[in-house]
Amino acid sequence: MTLTTTHLMALTPVILLFATAVTVMLGIAWRRQHAVIATVSVLGLNLALLSMALVWQMRGIESPLLVFDGLTVFASILILVATLACATLAHAFLEGYPGPREEFYLLMLCAAAGGIVLVASRHLASLFFGLELLSMPLYGMLAYTFRDRLSLEAGIKYLLLSAGATAFLLFGMALLYAESGRLDLAGLSLALGDSSGAWALAGAGLIIVGLGFKLSLAPFHLWTPDVYEGAPGPAVTFLASASKVAVFVVLWRLVMVAPVFDAAILHNVLAGLAMVTILVGNLLALVQTNLKRLLGYSSVAHFGYLLVALVINDGLSSETAGVYLLTYLITTLGAFGVVTLLSSPYSGQDASALHHYRGLFWRRPYLAAVLTVSLLSLAGIPFTAGFIGKFYIIAQGVEASRWWLVGAIILGSAIGLYYYLRVMVALYLVEPGMRRRDATNDWGLRAGGLVVLGLALLVIVLGIYPSPMIEWVKLVVSGS
Amino acid sequence: MMLPWIILIPFIGGLLCWQADRWGDKAPRWIALITMSLVLLITLVLWLDGDYHLPTLTVDSGAVRWAIEWRRAWIPRFGIDVHLALDGLSLVLIALTGFLGTLAVVCSWKEISHRVGFFHLNLLWILGGVIGVFLAIDLFLFFFFWEMMLVPMYFLIALWGHSGSEGRTRIRAAIKFFIYTQASGLLMLVSILGLVFAHHAATGVYSFSYGDLLNTRLSPELAFWLMMGFFIAFAVKLPVVPLHGWLPDAHAQAPTAGSVDLAGILLKTAAYGMLRFALPLFPDASALFAPVAMALGLVGIVYGAILACGQQDIKRLIAYTSISHMGVVLIGIYSGSALALQGVVLLMVAHAFSAAGLFIISGQVYERLYTRDMNRMGGLWGRLGSLPGFSLFFVAASLGMPGTANFAGEFMILFGTFPVAPVTVMIATTGMVLAAIYSLLLMQRVYYGPTRGEVRLGGLDTREFVMMMVVLVLVLLFGLYPQPLLDVTGATMDEIQKLFSVALSHAPATLLTGVVQ
Repeated sequence: MTLTTTHLMALTPVILLFATAVTVMLGIAWRRQHAVIATVSVLGLNLALLSMALVWQMRGIESPLLVFDGLTVFASILILVATLACATLAHAFLEGYPGPREEFYLLMLCAAAGGIVLVASRHLASLFFGLELLSMPLYGMLAYTFRDRLSLEAGIKYLLLSAGATAFLLFGMALLYAESGRLDLAGLSLALGDSSGAWALAGAGLIIVGLGFKLSLAPFHLWTPDVYEGAPGPAVTFLASASKVAVFVVLWRLVMVAPVFDAAILHNVLAGLAMVTILVGNLLALVQTNLKRLLGYSSVAHFGYLLVALVINDGLSSETAGVYLLTYLITTLGAFGVVTLLSSPYSGQDASALHHYRGLFWRRPYLAAVLTVSLLSLAGIPFTAGFIGKFYIIAQGVEASRWWLVGAIILGSAIGLYYYLRVMVALYLVEPGMRRRDATNDWGLRAGGLVVLGLALLVIVLGIYPSPMIEWVKLVVSGS
Repeated sequence: MMLPWIILIPFIGGLLCWQADRWGDKAPRWIALITMSLVLLITLVLWLDGDYHLPTLTVDSGAVRWAIEWRRAWIPRFGIDVHLALDGLSLVLIALTGFLGTLAVVCSWKEISHRVGFFHLNLLWILGGVIGVFLAIDLFLFFFFWEMMLVPMYFLIALWGHSGSEGRTRIRAAIKFFIYTQASGLLMLVSILGLVFAHHAATGVYSFSYGDLLNTRLSPELAFWLMMGFFIAFAVKLPVVPLHGWLPDAHAQAPTAGSVDLAGILLKTAAYGMLRFALPLFPDASALFAPVAMALGLVGIVYGAILACGQQDIKRLIAYTSISHMGVVLIGIYSGSALALQGVVLLMVAHAFSAAGLFIISGQVYERLYTRDMNRMGGLWGRLGSLPGFSLFFVAASLGMPGTANFAGEFMILFGTFPVAPVTVMIATTGMVLAAIYSLLLMQRVYYGPTRGEVRLGGLDTREFVMMMVVLVLVLLFGLYPQPLLDVTGATMDEIQKLFSVALSHAPATLLTGVVQ
C-alpha cells in the first residue's frame, strides 16, 4: 500500500507539529528569544488543532500503521488542548528560569506529536514508536530544571522505571507475535480469535503491565508521587494530562479491538487492578502534605475509576470513558495550572507544600476559587464537570450490576473527599507568619491566568449544562 | 416561572453579598436580609394565592398533579429535566426555609465580624440548595441539590465555627459532616440509577422524572435494596441513631446561623425525602421495612434523650435533643396513619422553631459569657434581662408542653401511631419523660443555682428581642391553631398515606421471607 495524498492530508496535524518543532529548533539555533519561540509553538499547536477539522472530514482513513477514526480525533483534540495549556503555562513559568528556556517547547511539541501517533496507532510498531516519542521528550521535560536536585531525580526515576516498563511492553509484543505472526491489531485479533492460548494471554498481560506503568495503575504507581513532586510545574501538567490521556486511549483501543484483551482472565485482572488502584490511590493520598504529591495519588485513583469504564465493556462504555477523560483533563489542567502559576516565574522548587496555600483565598481570591472548583470537580461534587464524569462511571457500574466495582468507587470517593477538603479548607484559613509564595500581581491578565480562569469556568459550565459535551463525545467517539 | 426564581434568588443574592463586601460589613448583611425576605414573601404570596387541596399523587390513575409545575429539558441523553413542582408539603417547607433563613441572617448580625460577604454567600447558597431540594422532582436534580448544599455548609462550619475542646476542632467536625452526608448521598445515587435502569429495562426510555418512576415494576428484592439506598441517605441526614455521629459535632462547632439552618431545615430535608421519595417510590418495601424503621426511631428517642442529659456543652445538649425529636418524626413517617403523618409535618415545623430558638439563645449566651460549657454558667436568671424567660419558653416547647406546636405535633404522631403499634408508642412516651428531665437540667444548670458573678450582663437589644418574640408567637400560634398548616399539607399527606396503607395491608410475612431468603 502506498501513501496517497489523502493519507498525507490525514497526517496534517502531526506534520504541522513536526514542522513547528523544526522551526522552533532552527529559531533557537539562530537567536534565543523566549517570547517568539513560545508564540510560534502556540501558533503551531493552534494550527494543528484547526487541522483536526480536516481529519474529521476524512475520518475512517487507514494506513498500515495508523487509523484516523473518531477516537483518534477525540484523543488528538484533547492532547492538543492540553499541550496548548501547558505551553501557555510554561511561558509564565520559564520567564524566571536562568538556564536555556526555549528547548522546553521543542520537547513538548515532539511529545505531543508522539501522543497523536500513539492514539492513532493500529499496529504494534506504531504503538511502540508513538509511546517512545511521547516518553523520550518527557524525560527531558521532567528534568528540565536539572540544577534542582528533585527535578533531576524525577527525570531519572521516570527514565529508569519507564525503561523497565518498555521492556515489559516489548516482551509482551514479542509473545503476541510469536503466537500469531502478526503485529497489526486487526490481524492480531483475527489470528488469535477467541481461543486465546497461554502465550497470547501472557503477552497481553505484559502489555497491560507496560501501559499500566505509564498510567500509574497500582501496583505500578510507585514512581508517581516523586515524579509529580520533583518535576517543574508545566512538565507535570503535561505528564498528568496529555501523556496520560494518550496512553489511556491506546489501552482503550486495545481492549476495544483485540479480543485477547477481552478474555475473561484479563477482564478479571483489569477489574482487580481498577479496585486496587482506586483504593491505593485514595488511601495514600490521605497522608500527603504536598499538593503535587497529593494530586499525583489522586490521579492514580482517577485512572482507577477510568479503568472501570473499560472493564465493563458494553454500550455505555465508550461514552463513559470519553466523558470522564474530558472532565478529568480540564479539571487536572485547572488544578496544576494554579500550582504552576503560584510557582511562576521559576525560583527554585515549586510552591507545592500545603502551607504555601494557606489563606490563599484572602490574597488571590480568584486563583483560590479556581483551585477550589478544580478540587471539587476532582471530588465529583455537583455543579462541576467532575460530577458528570462520576455520574457516568457509577451509572455504568449500576447498569452492568457490577456491585463490587460500584462499592469500590463509592468507598474511594468517600476517602477522597477527606484529602480534597483538607486542601480546600487550607485555602481559606489565615495563619500569620507563613512563608508565602505568590503569583505575580497581574497573573489574571496574562495568558496563563486567562487559561486557568477559562478552565475553571468550563468546569462549572459543563457541570451545570453538560448536554453539549455529552452530544459531542457521543458524536465523535461512538459515532452516533 | 415563579419556581426557578425562588431557587435563583438566594444564589444571586449570595454572589451580590460576596461582591458587596468591598463596601463594608453592612452591605452584605442588608442584601442577605432583603434576599431572604423576598423569598419568604414570594412563598407567602404563593400560599395565599394557590389552591393546595388537589391530591398530588393519585393511586388509581397513576398521574401526578402539582399545584405549580415548571419543566425544561436539561440532559436529553438520559431524559433528565429541570423539573420543579410545588405542592402543599413543599410549600410549607419552603416557607419555613425562607423564615429560618431570614432568622439566620439576623442572628449572625453581630456574631460574624470577619469575611462577612463570604459568610453570607455560603449561608444563602445553603438556603438556595435546600429550596432546590424541596422543589426538585426530577431525581437527578434532587440529588444535584442534595449534594450541592453540603459544600457551603462545610465552609460555614469550617471557617466560622467554634473550636471546642481538644480534638473537637471545627475543621474535624466539618469534614465529618461532609463525609457522612456525601458518602451516604452516593448510595442514594446508586439507588436512583438502579431505579432508572429498571425503568429503562421495562419501558426502553431513560427518565429521572418522579412521575415516570413512580409506577416502575420492581422485584421485591431489588425494591428493598433500592429503598435501603434512599433510606440510608435520609437516615444519615435525619439522623437515625447508628448514623448520627456527625450531628453533635457539627451542631456544637457550627456558628449560630449554621446550627439554626442545620437543625431547622437541613434535618427536615431528610424527612421530606422520606415522605416524597422513599415511601411513594417503594411503598411495598417501605411497608416491609416499617417495623425496623420504627424500632430505629425508638432507639433514637431514648438514646438522644439519655445522652442529652449527660452533656456539658449547651449546644451539644440541644443537638442530642434533636436526635430524640427526629426519632419521633421517624416513627410518625413509618406508621402509615393519616393523623400521624399530619403530626409529622406539624412537629417538623415546631421543632424547626423551637430548635432554632434554643440555638439562637445559646448563641446569645455565648456572645455574653464566651462559653457554652454549662459548668461555667449558673445563676444567670436576673442577670440577662428577658433572655432566661425566652429560654424557659423554648425549653418548655421542646419538651412538648401543651399549648406549643411541639405538643400538638407529638401528640398527633403518638395518637395516630397507637392503633398501629401500641407498644412502640408506649416506649416512645418514656422519651417525653426524659425530655422533661433534660429540659429541667438545662434550665437548672444555666439559669438557677449559685451565681458566678454579680455583674449584670447585657440584656436583649431590640434586634434580639424582636427575633425571639416572632418565633415565640409562631410556636404558640401553631400550637393553639395548627389547622391552616394541616389544611395546606393535608392533600399531600393523604395521598402518601393511601399509597402506604395499601402496601401495608398486603405486606404480610410472605414478602418478608422473600427478602430474607
